[in-house]
Amino acid sequence: MAELTYRDAVAAGIAQEMDRDPRVVFLGEDIAAAGGVFKATVGLLERFGPKRVRDTPISEQAIIGAAMGAAMTGLRPIAEIMFSDFLAVCWDMIANEIAKARYMSAGQMTLPLVIRTANGSGARFGAQHSQSVENWAMAVPGLKVVAPSTPADVKGLLAAAIRDPDPVVFFEHKGLYATKGEVPEGEHVDRLGTAKVLRQGSDVTVLALAAMVPRALQAAERLQSEDGISATVVDVRSLVPLDTKTILAETVKTGRLYTVEENPRLCGWGAEIASIVAEECFYDLDGPVVRITTPHVPLPAADALEDATVPSVDRIVETIRRTAG
Amino acid sequence: MATAAHVDEATRLALFRSQLEIRLVEKRAYDLFLQNLIKGTSHLSLGQEAVAAGFAVAMQSDDYTFCTYRGHAHTLARGAPMVGVMGELMGRKCGLMGGKGGSMHLTSVAHGAMGSYAIVGAHLPVAAGAAWSAQVRGTSQVAVCFFGDGATNIGAFHEALNFSVVWKLPVVFVCENNHYMEYTPIRSVTAVEHPAADRASAYGLEHIVIDGNDADVVYRTAVEALGKARSGGGPSLIEAMTYRYSGHSRADPGKYRPAGELEEWMKRDPIALYRARLLELGTPEKALRDIEGALQRAVDEATEAAKACPPSPVDVIDRDVWADGGSSWRN
Repeated sequence: MAELTYRDAVAAGIAQEMDRDPRVVFLGEDIAAAGGVFKATVGLLERFGPKRVRDTPISEQAIIGAAMGAAMTGLRPIAEIMFSDFLAVCWDMIANEIAKARYMSAGQMTLPLVIRTANGSGARFGAQHSQSVENWAMAVPGLKVVAPSTPADVKGLLAAAIRDPDPVVFFEHKGLYATKGEVPEGEHVDRLGTAKVLRQGSDVTVLALAAMVPRALQAAERLQSEDGISATVVDVRSLVPLDTKTILAETVKTGRLYTVEENPRLCGWGAEIASIVAEECFYDLDGPVVRITTPHVPLPAADALEDATVPSVDRIVETIRRTAG
Repeated sequence: MATAAHVDEATRLALFRSQLEIRLVEKRAYDLFLQNLIKGTSHLSLGQEAVAAGFAVAMQSDDYTFCTYRGHAHTLARGAPMVGVMGELMGRKCGLMGGKGGSMHLTSVAHGAMGSYAIVGAHLPVAAGAAWSAQVRGTSQVAVCFFGDGATNIGAFHEALNFSVVWKLPVVFVCENNHYMEYTPIRSVTAVEHPAADRASAYGLEHIVIDGNDADVVYRTAVEALGKARSGGGPSLIEAMTYRYSGHSRADPGKYRPAGELEEWMKRDPIALYRARLLELGTPEKALRDIEGALQRAVDEATEAAKACPPSPVDVIDRDVWADGGSSWRN
């Protein structure tokens, strides 16, 4: 095991796959010479050269369209959209073109591509650079959606996404780039569509994604020590495919389900899970499913406002304490 | 751009055949609409056949075509079978995509027809990506991207042009200027007279406007632009002046056109013009009649075959979302 930051794990995952497969190419704004605005792709240009690691103009439609055209003709492109908010600029390419090409052509086309993007709050950038938009991608048939919470998962799931034959939207969390964690030495490839149980408890089950995972874990520790409430924490990791087996099994064990979501309230990923749980294990529940989300507002910029908007450890603890009894 | 390339007789006959095939299939498609055998919408290229034929005949078999919802012509011109095209329009199992795409999304990857795109301008960046792929893989393939005059006012047009020039990609952008963006004259909503060519200088490209109703002119221009792209010379932007005889789509009778305009353009019908030229150059009348007869029989046979083909089975609905053939989003 080696200790890596979440940002270094991005470059490590890309390098591992570019080393292995000459079809893997990488394009985006400031990703090559500058090493990425979050410094997550430092060294790739030097290592793999300008033919495979290429800076683009500020042209998100061109970036994503080019990735699509390259994927359908034999390459395995990784495209970076600097901030996930900018997915809206090229949403036609993602939702109308990439997601549908295989289906509309009855399988004539395969699009093995990854769209990496920096998602989420924590940097006080305001409503156009700090949103959590994973639920946008989840709503479109034909896209796989991944959001890792640890450096090991960044490397392993990014490698899996690059090897996957379908389009994957890979949400990195900008609030986690500086965090550190153990990453397996040598080749590391994880599996898409798998949730991970991080903490086993007996009273409540908490599902979380990306930056909400460490908050859920901290909340679980506090609930244990302050209230004697024993919480299971599941890192959902992949929204599409969704590991409903693990989610349902962990829900049934405690009978109480909480979701911790950074996306705004309406149609957040937890709503889909709450609906699945209501349909498939309603009689195993001992109380209502409770969603802890960002309220349905654009994200404010000021630190105190942002902190009060996104689910915090305090809010998770208080919500579970108030409702779990 | 030099347009001196000699067009030999075999090429001329191929150009004639391709234009006529498109014309006959689209006329048949129109009839099938009236019989309610084709549902949904349809955007015909009647009158614009020379652009599709001129390029397709000049292309290598492994080059890529990207076109719009007005894509029957380009898909046929690359060699996709008539029965697959008509079957798709009729929602039959034998359609190119088994009924999952429909008229606006004709695709035949085996023929280099890499999709018909129904969001205006969306396919220009995609064509650039296919050209990038050819560049990275070191092949001699070129991507050719056809679009209408209306697409020149959308952002993706400008993003794709700049991107392709900066990366020196082997891509040819072909604007089919048929004078109308849907129901509105293009000149009334565009800052310049030539919506594509007058923008070329902004991307360091040559100003190229050609007669899109003359298949020889289109062919020669295509040979030149494809050669430039293949030899590492980067992209071209070509504006081909042409005219569509029908309205924008099935729903449009085209009444916004001034009286006499359609008739003026029909005097310059690309197929009549080409037929007369072939006769003038010494192709015997009988040879042309043989081609016409054979194509008409082929269209009739393809029509009957498509009609006889069963509708697409509903079990295809949840197939082919993913590369594993399925549509599962959970375990």
